[in-house]
Amino acid sequence: MTPSEQQIPPGAPLTEPANPESHKSAGHSRRVFLFKLSLLVNGAVGAVLAVPILGYLLGPALKKTSADNSWINLGPLADFPEGETRLVNFRNPVTTSWDGQTGDIPCWVRRISGNTFQVFAINCAHLGCPVRWFAQSQLFMCPCHGGAYYADGSRASGPPERGLFEYEYQVVSGSLVISAGKMPTLANQAKNESPLVQLEGATSTEAPLPKPRCSSCQS
Amino acid sequence: MSELKRRSIEVYNWFEQRLGLGAPVIEAAEHEVPANTASWWYVFGSAATVILVLQVMTGILLALVYAPTAGHAWNSLEFLDHNVKLGWFLRAMHGWGSDFMVAIVLIHMAQVFLFGAYKFPRELTWIIGVFLLLLTLGMAFTGQVLRFDQDAYWGLGIGASIVSRVPLIGAPLVGLMLGGPIIAGPTLSRFFTLHVFVIPGILLAMVGLHIWMVLRLGINDWPMPGRLVNRKTYVSEYHHLTEKTGIPFVPDAAWKDSLFAAAIMLAVMACALWFGPFGPTGQPDPTIIQTAPKPDFAFLWIYAVLAYLPPSLETPVLFIAPVLGIGAMLLLPLLSGEGEKHWSRRPVAVLMVAVIAVILGAFTRLGMYTPWSPVMNAWTSDPIPAAYLKDRTPLEREGALVLQNKQCRNCHSIGGAGGMRGPALDAVASKMTEDQIIRQVLQGGGNMPAYGNALNPSETTALVHFLTTLRGDDLSPAIDASQHLVSSSEQPAGPPKEH
Ligand code: FES
Repeated sequence: MTPSEQQIPPGAPLTEPANPESHKSAGHSRRVFLFKLSLLVNGAVGAVLAVPILGYLLGPALKKTSADNSWINLGPLADFPEGETRLVNFRNPVTTSWDGQTGDIPCWVRRISGNTFQVFAINCAHLGCPVRWFAQSQLFMCPCHGGAYYADGSRASGPPERGLFEYEYQVVSGSLVISAGKMPTLANQAKNESPLVQLEGATSTEAPLPKPRCSSCQS
Repeated sequence: MSELKRRSIEVYNWFEQRLGLGAPVIEAAEHEVPANTASWWYVFGSAATVILVLQVMTGILLALVYAPTAGHAWNSLEFLDHNVKLGWFLRAMHGWGSDFMVAIVLIHMAQVFLFGAYKFPRELTWIIGVFLLLLTLGMAFTGQVLRFDQDAYWGLGIGASIVSRVPLIGAPLVGLMLGGPIIAGPTLSRFFTLHVFVIPGILLAMVGLHIWMVLRLGINDWPMPGRLVNRKTYVSEYHHLTEKTGIPFVPDAAWKDSLFAAAIMLAVMACALWFGPFGPTGQPDPTIIQTAPKPDFAFLWIYAVLAYLPPSLETPVLFIAPVLGIGAMLLLPLLSGEGEKHWSRRPVAVLMVAVIAVILGAFTRLGMYTPWSPVMNAWTSDPIPAAYLKDRTPLEREGALVLQNKQCRNCHSIGGAGGMRGPALDAVASKMTEDQIIRQVLQGGGNMPAYGNALNPSETTALVHFLTTLRGDDLSPAIDASQHLVSSSEQPAGPPKEH
């Protein structure tokens, strides 16, 4: 015998009040109605309660991408020799004091010439691992699954399906400024414009810009 | 003595009268099970439960010290390892306990599958078991995140990148997962909540249900070839079997469970003592990019699969394969709830377990030495064997330098040292002609990037000259058969080519 069968009797009396043949059923239908009403009230209260709970829970998900991005000063142009690609760290514009080192984000700055730059995200376009620049072979290599990119960020080989993510940049009063703030992924590709359009925009430095938010202030 | 005994019975009765739990618990412990289930094959479920208890206990103890903030978690782990007495041992127990738990849950699942235990009337027990497996893996992943080191940080990056590929709602899902725009404080807090409150809560409740159903439906009888499960007759057959051969679960069958549980606990303790705690590896500082992130043991196979999937297939496979796999496991008992239980008459089932085990094992093995990853420091650290430089012209030696300086060895090995991303170069000239080598170097192809922009003409010449000297154990060089034909038709009297 399984123990369950012995355990049925203690539970059985509980179901008896619901038995319509019970002689106590005089006020029964009224109490059933009241109970159903109470369920309804609870349902309504629950629905109202769900609004703040879901709002709280989904807050980070519903935020617009653009809201997290702001202009970040990466330093004076003199820091970036022409023809070189350098690792630059900046403090993410949105951080908390308990973020510790995780609020510091690196990126690869490639100064092609003059005011023409490419600023690559550190995250591999495959699955986000940190790519490393090798100046001698002019390649970015990813340690995770062997993705490789050329100097201009285009895909060279391996599992990535596209080139490196690029941040939008501007040159403002002799400093390089990028628009960043959110981890770049395939769903949030640092920027949407094609590189050529960007290069054109960058050369016109008169464009009215928000004052760069100095987060790293390396100089 | 008898006075003491009488007093303790009195105390027990005092509680029992108020609680009423003793009798049903004893009843459940002593319930009769078919004698043939008192087997060493039936010990894995109880062992998994015992490890779960161990994990809860060690987890609570670790939480006494652990600081679940992005800024301090890593330091608090170092503090646990080095400044808290026996903190390292508790961490080691919790870490090894998690590996053992995943392993035992998998073994339990395979055993239950091969014994046909998911068939009527235990379909729901299996289905809940599938969720228990997923929750166990969920605990393993979130636990790895709480060990907030480099691997955890970039592991989160991989997780977010996978989530970002979900069609349409990828971006909001990433936000939901990270709790903010980047991997930072809120991310760790979320995973702490999942690992400490949400998943354990569901896990414990489901384990309760799972065990309740085992008690209620009786443990699966040892399958006999030819004894088919029939919905109409199974329950009465089972009761008949229990009546005829029944033995009390405690102690007649449970001694094996409890002995095995003790052995597993000893094994966890031995591993903890011998190998120590896992990590933490480097600090979770994204600006330190000199790292090769790797997931924990249970997820190495996924890591390997991700490296091998072709880019075009990756996103579909990432989202369709798990749905199919989990769906198949959930539907299994509903679709094949009756019939043969014995493994000897279910060759497809046996084959499936074998194939899945081999696949998981092979990918895990690959994940352990990651042949697809470039060895980032091979170009500065691995020597070129002296034999390959002996009696070479200056140009060829210059080529060896080019090979080293251009990081070729990060992906190609020579003399057994270097990356395994590309083929070893020791015998490259016996497989490719000079022209083919030049083409491959300059234009790339296959999985190799083009080096046309990274090499000037003199470097290319030197490199190719060096590569053409690499013929393994003096194999003959590769020759272009068509060139031979062309040149021989042009000059019928030309010297015969060597072979
Ligand atoms: S994350 Fe870079 S290749 Fe996979």
